[in-house]
Amino acid sequence: MTRVAVITFPGSNCDYDCYKALQAIPGVEPVFLWHRETALGDMDAVILPGGFSYGDYLRPGAIARMSPLMAAVERFAADGGPVLGICNGFQILCEAGLLPGALLRNRTMRFISRPVILRVENADTLFTSDYANGQLLRMPIAHADGNYHADGATLDRLEAEGGVVFRYADRHGQLTDAANPNGAARHIAGIMNSAGNVLGMMPHPERAVEPVLGSSDGLGVFTSLIRHLRGATVA
Amino acid sequence: MSERHGRRKVATRSRSGAAGPRPRPGDPRLTPELVADHGLLPEEYERIREILGRDPAYTELGIFSAMWSEHCGYKNSRRLLRLLPTQAPWVIQGPGENAGVIDIGEGFALAFKIESHNHPSAVEPYQGAATGVGGILRDVFTMGARPIAILDSLRFGDLDDPRVRYLFSGVVKGIGDYGNCVGIPNVGGEVYFDRGYVGNPVVNAMCIGVLKQDELIRAEAAGVGNTVMAVGSRTGRDGIHGATFASAELGEDSEHSRPQVQVGDPFTEKLLLEATLELIRGEHVVGIQDMGAAGLTSSASEMAARAGTGLDIDVAKVPVREPAMSPYEILLSESQERMLVIARKGDEAKVRRILEKWELGAAEIGTVTDDAVFRVRENGVVVAEIPVLPLVKGCPTYEREGFESEEVLRARAADLSGLEHPETDGEVADAFLALLGSPTIASKGWVYEQYDSTVRTGTVIGPGGDAGVFRIRGHPGAVAATTDCNGRYVYLHPRRGTMIAAAEAARNLVCVGALPVAVTNNLNFGNPLKPEIYYQFREAVIGLAEACRIFETPVTGGNVSFYNEYEGRAIYPTPVIGMVGLVERADHVVRHTFASPGDAIVLLGENRDELGGSEYLYRLHAQVAGEPPAVDLMGERELQRLMLALVRERLLLSAHDCSEGGLAVCLAESAMYDPEAPLGVEVTLNDPLPPAPLLFGESQGRIAVSCAPEDAQRVLGRAERYGVPARRIGSVGPPGAPFRIRTHTAILEVNGETLARVYYGATPGLMQRPAVAAAAAGG
Repeated sequence: MTRVAVITFPGSNCDYDCYKALQAIPGVEPVFLWHRETALGDMDAVILPGGFSYGDYLRPGAIARMSPLMAAVERFAADGGPVLGICNGFQILCEAGLLPGALLRNRTMRFISRPVILRVENADTLFTSDYANGQLLRMPIAHADGNYHADGATLDRLEAEGGVVFRYADRHGQLTDAANPNGAARHIAGIMNSAGNVLGMMPHPERAVEPVLGSSDGLGVFTSLIRHLRGATVA
Repeated sequence: MSERHGRRKVATRSRSGAAGPRPRPGDPRLTPELVADHGLLPEEYERIREILGRDPAYTELGIFSAMWSEHCGYKNSRRLLRLLPTQAPWVIQGPGENAGVIDIGEGFALAFKIESHNHPSAVEPYQGAATGVGGILRDVFTMGARPIAILDSLRFGDLDDPRVRYLFSGVVKGIGDYGNCVGIPNVGGEVYFDRGYVGNPVVNAMCIGVLKQDELIRAEAAGVGNTVMAVGSRTGRDGIHGATFASAELGEDSEHSRPQVQVGDPFTEKLLLEATLELIRGEHVVGIQDMGAAGLTSSASEMAARAGTGLDIDVAKVPVREPAMSPYEILLSESQERMLVIARKGDEAKVRRILEKWELGAAEIGTVTDDAVFRVRENGVVVAEIPVLPLVKGCPTYEREGFESEEVLRARAADLSGLEHPETDGEVADAFLALLGSPTIASKGWVYEQYDSTVRTGTVIGPGGDAGVFRIRGHPGAVAATTDCNGRYVYLHPRRGTMIAAAEAARNLVCVGALPVAVTNNLNFGNPLKPEIYYQFREAVIGLAEACRIFETPVTGGNVSFYNEYEGRAIYPTPVIGMVGLVERADHVVRHTFASPGDAIVLLGENRDELGGSEYLYRLHAQVAGEPPAVDLMGERELQRLMLALVRERLLLSAHDCSEGGLAVCLAESAMYDPEAPLGVEVTLNDPLPPAPLLFGESQGRIAVSCAPEDAQRVLGRAERYGVPARRIGSVGPPGAPFRIRTHTAILEVNGETLARVYYGATPGLMQRPAVAAAAAGG
């Protein structure tokens, strides 16, 4: 059994959706962990789900990153353990310093809920190996603060080391302004750390895992991760 | 026997009852003016004295005035509401609880209800709407159900008014921020814009929750000796007497001039939701009720009334936000995100542990008693002692005089023959685009893209379709829900207009492939003391009762919102129908958009010469007049049956109800699945009608469906069997092909790009203009 922790903060609301997406993959045992825990236990990977931890009060993710369990997540990441942050989880990862940059208010100043198209920029990661470079994926976004921002040097470094994993694109794969829903720098929808084991993304792959939901394009994020973990186990 | 005897003895004692509670220092003396300020008529006050056998204390006066307010007591509506059908084998809980509950099979049940927050939203649109969502969520999860969908039914004035834009954007943001944070998908609803709602918007929110039938919990204070607990946020001075006072009657000193509108905290709501469901699953509690309108007073006394028990509580034990709050204030505060919980005796520590996990406060404030008296203490000293049943059920109810107003009679009988209608191809196209860009008709994307519609991974059809559809994990089927009401029709003909609202709701459900099963309703009206308003109300209830009986959709609950008036003028009567339906298989739903070029378009129903009350008359001729369209409830019923048969046989590729804007708008919406590449439409209508009524008339009982060309004959055959008029009117064209409808006198032709630009661009364009909270700035 591959064990994946789904961390629930007060105000998380996509924890259940991540749990269900993982549970549908044979051989995967998702485990809810309450943020007050101090140890991860025997986990192969960690997911920080979306939602409004602490009501987004102060700043999205700013309070959740102080949760006792986050210290354990930081150690787990430092040891090379895979960590995936989705939406609010991405915001928490940035606040915790596990990923560079910050998520600013959408440029429309409004919450945006709609399907977007992502272009896979790096299929050579443990989160995207089931995709191909340049592949277009359809999945929803639902956030008020998804406008990725970092200084130019950081963005250049991210690009150089393959840290830009997903970008917002149009249906033809073009990076048009209209295809960038929130004004994110260089159309960035998801980034990875230098070590390649921490991914943050604003769109919701866990909401695109079955045809009945309108898209299964998000499934690859989870299957890639599980494939990586199994490979690691076998080796 | 002995128990009954005991109860009677107590009641007798309190009646002869020494003097009741001793006067509390600082409480005002009771005067006729004070009684009137509490919204109580002299004869109602006499009734209170009879019940108590003495004069009420000040705190008791406050309690009665809240419980006997229109909001809690349904004074002017209760008698008529008895006309509504509420029974069916699948109804588990009808009206009178936090929410209605129906059986949906496989051991599952649905809890659902709709509520209004019109008045607070007119004053403070963001918080008014947000707290409206908060209240309806609590009504559902206090039944043990997990909320899984929200719908919102909104009415505003016209968007060219900057204050309307302020109200509209504030309400939408308030609904969005609250529901998004709690994580409940918004799957549908409607928005209408019409001068008739200027100054008094309608903001109704509906919530649907799912539960296992054995997890159902009712709001009953059962079990003598059980512990009464106040849970959630602390009690403050906000919203005191929101259920009784009109905002104009607020006092002027600083403590009383706080906004009547409460402030919502969706984060606390999310914690309350999770904690409540954990408490119920652990079987530590016997009943829960939201401290909503009239706060602690209504939740405590209503829960006791349902169980036939009494409560003995001490307000000094209620956690408060500020010092020196009086019993009166604590009992009548409407601070948000609070609930009254009846815990099993001995389980208090377990309840507290669960709440602590969710970082929520809980205080033991009293016990359940056997004497059927609502007894309130302050540090042990009794400040109110009222028999529960007369307090909760004894509110005088009235049947008022009602007659139709001259204004409506004139509007309905208006001579519309002099109007100039579009005749040439160009005129017809211009009129069509004006309608398509009317905010009431144009895409509501500006609204629903601010609502999370996909969280919880259950949404099969989100906002923008005929009805929202969401699956239930572990259940093979899915649930569909819609809200509907065209207030213009109801204004022009209250009974027929309400029947149309119910008929349209049912049509929306069958369009997605769902069998309509139950109704919740939100009756938004003006001042019922005005005969012309009471007439509208009575007629609407009669119409709703008849439609629900014929459709076999019992009413399981709802809300009445009176006094929706601005500067003395009532809104259009707006009985919003929230209807739920069941889809047999979650993986087989029907969408409103055409699927592929070449598919056949079939019209079910008939085009008639009916322009009365239409969006066309409002938008192009600035008229709200004429006879609204006829409705044939039995015919609608057959249409519903036909649709369900067609869905079951999997013959349909799309289905879209024909409503505001008529057939032309209906077909255009179906063509625009993809805003960047609308499909073409090639339709010929040979009806001997002029272009305006044919294309823009809003005749009822019509659905435009599409099917594979080889199935068209079978669809027509089924229609004939059900006695529903049907004919093939054309075909779906490829992307890039024009949208074209030929009538016998004119051709409506628009290219797809224009169609999409107008439909999707209208509301965002209007909302780029500045919004002004003019009234707020002035006061």
